[in-house]
Amino acid sequence: MSTPADIAAQPLRDRPDEELLTINMGPHHPATHGVLRLLVTLEGEVVRSCKPVIGYVHTGIEKTAEDKAYWKAIPVVERMDYLAYYFNAMTFCNAVERILDLQVPRRAQYLRVIHLELNRIMSHLVWLGTSALDLGAISMFWYCFREREKVLDLFEQSSGQRMHTRYIQVGGVIEDVPPGWADKVRAFCREMPRRVDQYAALLDRNEIVLRRLRNVAVVDEETLLGLGVTGPLLRAAGNPWDLRKAQPYSCYDEFDFRVPVGTVGDNYDRFKVRLAEFYESVKIVEQALEGLPEGPFITDDRKVALPPRHELSTSMEALIHHFKLVTEGYRVPPGEVYAPIESPRGELGVFLRSDGSAKPARVHMRDPSFVNLQVLPHMVQDGYVADLIASLAMLDPILGGIDR
Amino acid sequence: MPDATGLELIAQDIREADPDAVLDTVFFRGRATLVVEPRAIRDVLETLRGKGYGFMASLHGVDYWPEEPRLGVIYELLDMDSVDRISVKVRVHTDRPHVDSVTDRWPTADHQEREVFDMFGVVFDGHPDLRRILMPEDYEGFPQRRDFPIGGEPVIFTFNEDHVPGYPD
Amino acid sequence: MEIERHHSQDLLRGLSEEDLERHVEERVLTTTLDRALHWARGNSIFPMTFGLACCAIEMMAIVGSRVDVARFGFEALRATPRQADLIILSGRISIKMAPIIRRLYDQMLEPKWAIAMGACSSSMGVFNNYALVPADKFMPVDVHVPGCPPRPEALMHGIVKLRAQVLGDPDQGWRERYRAAGTEEVVDAPVEGAQADNVFVGRGGETSGA
Repeated sequence: MSTPADIAAQPLRDRPDEELLTINMGPHHPATHGVLRLLVTLEGEVVRSCKPVIGYVHTGIEKTAEDKAYWKAIPVVERMDYLAYYFNAMTFCNAVERILDLQVPRRAQYLRVIHLELNRIMSHLVWLGTSALDLGAISMFWYCFREREKVLDLFEQSSGQRMHTRYIQVGGVIEDVPPGWADKVRAFCREMPRRVDQYAALLDRNEIVLRRLRNVAVVDEETLLGLGVTGPLLRAAGNPWDLRKAQPYSCYDEFDFRVPVGTVGDNYDRFKVRLAEFYESVKIVEQALEGLPEGPFITDDRKVALPPRHELSTSMEALIHHFKLVTEGYRVPPGEVYAPIESPRGELGVFLRSDGSAKPARVHMRDPSFVNLQVLPHMVQDGYVADLIASLAMLDPILGGIDR
Repeated sequence: MPDATGLELIAQDIREADPDAVLDTVFFRGRATLVVEPRAIRDVLETLRGKGYGFMASLHGVDYWPEEPRLGVIYELLDMDSVDRISVKVRVHTDRPHVDSVTDRWPTADHQEREVFDMFGVVFDGHPDLRRILMPEDYEGFPQRRDFPIGGEPVIFTFNEDHVPGYPD
Repeated sequence: MEIERHHSQDLLRGLSEEDLERHVEERVLTTTLDRALHWARGNSIFPMTFGLACCAIEMMAIVGSRVDVARFGFEALRATPRQADLIILSGRISIKMAPIIRRLYDQMLEPKWAIAMGACSSSMGVFNNYALVPADKFMPVDVHVPGCPPRPEALMHGIVKLRAQVLGDPDQGWRERYRAAGTEEVVDAPVEGAQADNVFVGRGGETSGA
C-alpha cells in the first residue's frame, strides 16, 4: 500500500484521475473546537494544504479594555482565553504590578499559584474530554467533565463564580479562601492522580488511539521555534522550555515539580505531555497548600487595593481611597511592559502601555493559541483528513484567545 | 533581561554597523527596548539573532496618538539559552505606514503582522499574504487606532429611550 | 373524572348539530392530536452542537453528568442544522459570524427554536463595541438566558421554560417579523447543472409558505 508520501512523489500529470478539491471545514463544524474555518485542499483523502481563517469570534477585547479603568479591565481581559481565565487575569495583573513596582504578599502569591494550577488541571481536562470525543472515545467526555465539575466547585467556594471569577486582582487576590477550603482541595488532590491513571488506562492502552496518534503530525523542533510555538507543543518536540522554570513568577521557584518533555514530537507525545502535566500540577497544589503562609491576601497599598470594608466606617482616609478607586481608579505611571506567564497552551503575555492616566493605553495579549495555530499547516501536510482532526485536537486551540 | 549596560553595549554594536539605525534605548522596570529606524529593522533583528536572541516571542502594534510618529510595532525577542528578553520598537507615521516584513526570516511573524495590519493599518512590505485576519475581509477602517470610535450601542435609560434610533422596533 | 364529564356534557348541550360537529372536530380531536404532537416534539428536541465562546463550555457541562440534559430527551446533539431543532447561541456573536449564524438558522427545518445563552448573545454583554452584534438584530430568539456565563442550572431553567412553551403550543406568528416563517434555502434562478432536488427555485423572490 503506497503511503501519501509515495503518491505525492509522482507528478500530478501522471495521475490524471486525481485532482485537487478545496473544501471548507467550518466555521460551524463539530470538530473544530470553536469557530475555526479551515480551507483544506484535498487530493483524495490526503491533505495537500490547509489555510486557517479566523476572526469569527473577534470581540474587540483589547479595544474595550482600553476604555475601562485598570480594575474594570480585568474581567474584560479574563474572557479572552476562556478556559484559562485565571491565567489571563494573572498576566494582566502581573504587568500592572510590574509597572507600579508593587509587591504582592506571599500568601496572595501562593493562593494565586493554587488557583492557576487548578485552572491548568481544568483546562487539560476539557482538552482531554473534547480530544477523545474527536477521536471517537466518546465516554471520556463524561468522565473529564465530572472532574471538571469538582474543580469548578472549588472555584465557586473560593470566589463565588464557576468561570471568569475575577479572583486575581492587582496586588493580590480579591478575598481570602473560606475555612475548610484547603481540606477540600487536599481531598481533590488525593483522588486526582487515581483518576488520571484511569483515563490513561482507558486511552493509553487503546490500540486505536495509539495507531491514530503515534508518528502522526511530526514537526521538528526547529520549525516550531521558528514559528514561535511554546507550551506542550514545544515540549513534546524535546525542548524543555517552561516559563515557570525559566523565568519564575509568583513564587514558582519555591515548588518542586518537573516539566514533562517528549521525544519524537508527534501527536502521541503531545498527548502524553499534557497527561503528565496533570500529575505535576497536583504536586504543585499540594506543596502550595502545605506551605501556605499567613498574612494579607492583597497588598496594603491603599492607593491600589480597596481598603477592607470595616475600615470605611471609622477611617476618613479609607473612605477617600475607596471613593477614588471605585470612581476613577488608580493612575499608573507611564511605561511599557511585556509580562509573559506559562498558560496551559504556551506563553501567554500581555503588552501593556500606560500613559499616566487611569485607563490603559494599549493592552495587547500575546495569546499562545494565535501563534501556535501557524503550525497547523505543517502538522497536517501530506496526512489524511482524519489525522487533521486528531492534529487539531492535539494542537488545543482556543478560539477566544485566537480571535480576542 | 540584559541590564542597562548590556543594552548600551548592544546598541553600540548595532551603531557600528549602521550609525543611525538606533534612535533610542529605553530600560524600564527590567525591560530593555531598542528604538530603531523602520528601514533598518531586518538588519537589527538579524544582528540580535547573531547575539543569541533566536526566538521571536511576540509582535505588538501600538498607536501612540497623539504623539508622532503615531504607529508603533514592537518585536519581542527571547534568548532561550541565557533566558534573556529584548524588545525592538519601530515607529511610523500614518501617511507612510510601511515597514519591511520579517516573515521570511522569522516565520512566526506571519499571522501577527497580519493582525497589526488589520488593526492599525501598518503595511508590511514583502509579506506573503497581507490581508485582514480578524475583521471581515471588506471591513473599512482600522479598529484599534485610538481615534477609531469604540462603537457599540448606547445603553438605554429612561432619559434617552425616545431618542435612540430603532428602539423599540 | 365524573365532574369533568358532566362539565363537557353541559357544554355540548348548548350547541346545535353543525356547531356541535365542528366543535367536536376542532376542540376535542384536533386539540388532543396537537397536544400529542407537541408533547412528542417537546420531549425530543435535538439541539445543535453550536458553541461560540465561553458559554459553550457551560453548554457542554449540561451534557455532562451532573446537570444531565438527556433526562429531558435532548441527548441527541446533531451537528448538521438540517437535523437539529434547537440552536443554542452560546457565546459572543461577532459581525463576521452573524451572517453564518443566520444561514444556519435558515437551514434548520421548521419547527425550530433558538435560545440566546449568556449576556453576549442577548445584548453584547460585557463588550459594547464595534465587533459584536446582539442576536435579536438578525434572528428570532425564543428564550434569553442571562449570565456570564450562565450556570448549567440556569441554562437548564431556560431549556425547561422553552420546553414548557413547546408543550403548550405557542403561537409562532411573531416570526413573520423576521421573515423566518417557513425559511428554506431558495435560489432565484436555476443553477447550471444542479442535480440536487433540495434546491428550490423561487418564483419572483417569494418564499414558500409555512
